[in-house]
Amino acid sequence: MMRFTEEHEWVRIEGATARIGITDHAQHALGDITYVELPKVGRTVRRGEALAVVESVKAASDVYAPLGGRVAAVNARLAESPETVNAAAEGDGWLCTLEGFDPTEAEALMSAEQYAAFCRA
Amino acid sequence: MKQPTIFERSVAGRRGVTLPRLSPAEARGPLPVPPALCADAPPDLPEVSELDVVRHYTLLSQRNCCVDTHFYPLGSCTMKYNPRVCEKVAALDGFAGIHPLLPQLRGGGALTQGALEVLWRTERLLCDLTGMEAFTLQPMAGAHGELTGLLLIAAYHRAQGRPRRRVLIPDSAHGTNPASAAIAGFEVVPVATGPDGTIDLADFEARLTPDTAAVMLTCPNTLGLFERQIREVAERAHANGTLLYYDGANMNALMGRVRPGDLGFDVLHLNAHKTLSTPHGGGGPGAGPVGVKAALLPFLPVSTVEKRDDGTFALNYDRPQSIGYIAPFYGNFGVLLRAYTYLLALGGDGLREATDHAVLNANYLRVRLRACFDVPYDRLCLHEVVLSAERQARAGVRAVDIAKALIDAGFHPPTVYFPLIVREALMIEPTETESKQTLDSFIAALEAIARRAEEEPGSFAEQPASTPVSRPDETKAARDMRLKA
Repeated sequence: MMRFTEEHEWVRIEGATARIGITDHAQHALGDITYVELPKVGRTVRRGEALAVVESVKAASDVYAPLGGRVAAVNARLAESPETVNAAAEGDGWLCTLEGFDPTEAEALMSAEQYAAFCRA
Repeated sequence: MKQPTIFERSVAGRRGVTLPRLSPAEARGPLPVPPALCADAPPDLPEVSELDVVRHYTLLSQRNCCVDTHFYPLGSCTMKYNPRVCEKVAALDGFAGIHPLLPQLRGGGALTQGALEVLWRTERLLCDLTGMEAFTLQPMAGAHGELTGLLLIAAYHRAQGRPRRRVLIPDSAHGTNPASAAIAGFEVVPVATGPDGTIDLADFEARLTPDTAAVMLTCPNTLGLFERQIREVAERAHANGTLLYYDGANMNALMGRVRPGDLGFDVLHLNAHKTLSTPHGGGGPGAGPVGVKAALLPFLPVSTVEKRDDGTFALNYDRPQSIGYIAPFYGNFGVLLRAYTYLLALGGDGLREATDHAVLNANYLRVRLRACFDVPYDRLCLHEVVLSAERQARAGVRAVDIAKALIDAGFHPPTVYFPLIVREALMIEPTETESKQTLDSFIAALEAIARRAEEEPGSFAEQPASTPVSRPDETKAARDMRLKA
């Protein structure tokens, strides 16, 4: 199940883990991504807290935690290949995973259809 | 068009200077330099004659694109013309030849009365212009002014016995605002922009906590719009014990019309290059004077320039609550002297007129250009207007392509992709000194570009064609940074 935020993050629940990234719409708006600053593994975040920074040729943007939880893993390949976010924002270009989150927080986020409508508006 | 680099001009053995030969004794003996300091191999320098060097750099200097050669509507940067009279005054021997340590030397005060008086009078004029109680002229640039202002705010709250941690900043702000707040040790909290392009008052209220030290606002904001609810923001902030910081980046839109001090701002900085016509200087010496209301006066950096009862001027270092030194000496004196000259040369009426013309020029562009470009916040703007190239982007011609095409049309491009809250933003700031003829030819160029974007959207890829390098690979430059040879 994939869920989306108004700040253009996505979250995919994989059992006890929540995988997080920015949406394809977001990578397109940002343009070529040149650097990704990832959180430290083990860090505890609240929902809405700045989790990562995505830097493109146009701007540096905060990525906000769509859920509260503890950072379980980060996508290390982004250090060498930030362009992965452009190529596959909603796949190999994931940013980090969280554990210890509250699944009901995820359910409150937008569905794919709702997010698509949100982007059109 | 392409000009070789100085290394490409190199010819083995060619020299611009002839060094004295070693004497036979020197040539035999060890070099009078410790071996550890000697390089293993000669440095890789271009081998060129003096004339090669002169011609190379003279040609390079002629490639400069600047206010003296081109219309330069780089939004948010206020590329003001630098009147020559300011340069003339700054070059006067009595000012240019003065040593910065002189006022601190025994008897030096008497020899620097003129310079100290310039600083003192500049402070007074800036107080008049902004409605503040006192100024420090020391900060070396706008962002340095922001940091100084935030340190003053931190000192103020500490002195109240209640340090505060958060600073609220609208999402339309210049990037320096959150950066300065973070460096000063604050937590940055963004505030949303409402549908009319100004601060979202409800969002602001929701984020205003007892721990909020300050609100940083640019007015007019980076969309070129006056913050209509500024009085409400000021009231709510002050009722909460929160100070209001004015980012003077856009003061060129208010001179002689509105004083930030009267709007309720407690601390502000001015960018001398954006308001007082001092040179932008490619990151060189700048000045970001900081003004404060009376409550923050005790915390100003040392030293301050004071006028004694006998009419003489002196530097005061005896300020126990001061945040201390923030810059060597007394700021960039040469820059401040230009600012002082500009203030006097224009006078109150002249400054107001400069603002009026800056605003008129921006609105003229807005109204004339809205037929061919989207204007996301289409209402009376102040000194700059933000267009959007979304319409053109749908055909594949993006803001960056329009900027590159403008170069070939003989104009410096506007700012693109800022503010971040506008898609495909083209931010145009004409400033007050441009004639209607210049503005009309700029409009004609943009109209032609918009037409071409519809008819031949594929024709932009090769632009600019008139520059030595057409399109540097910005992505590669950012991803694959090599700072060493």
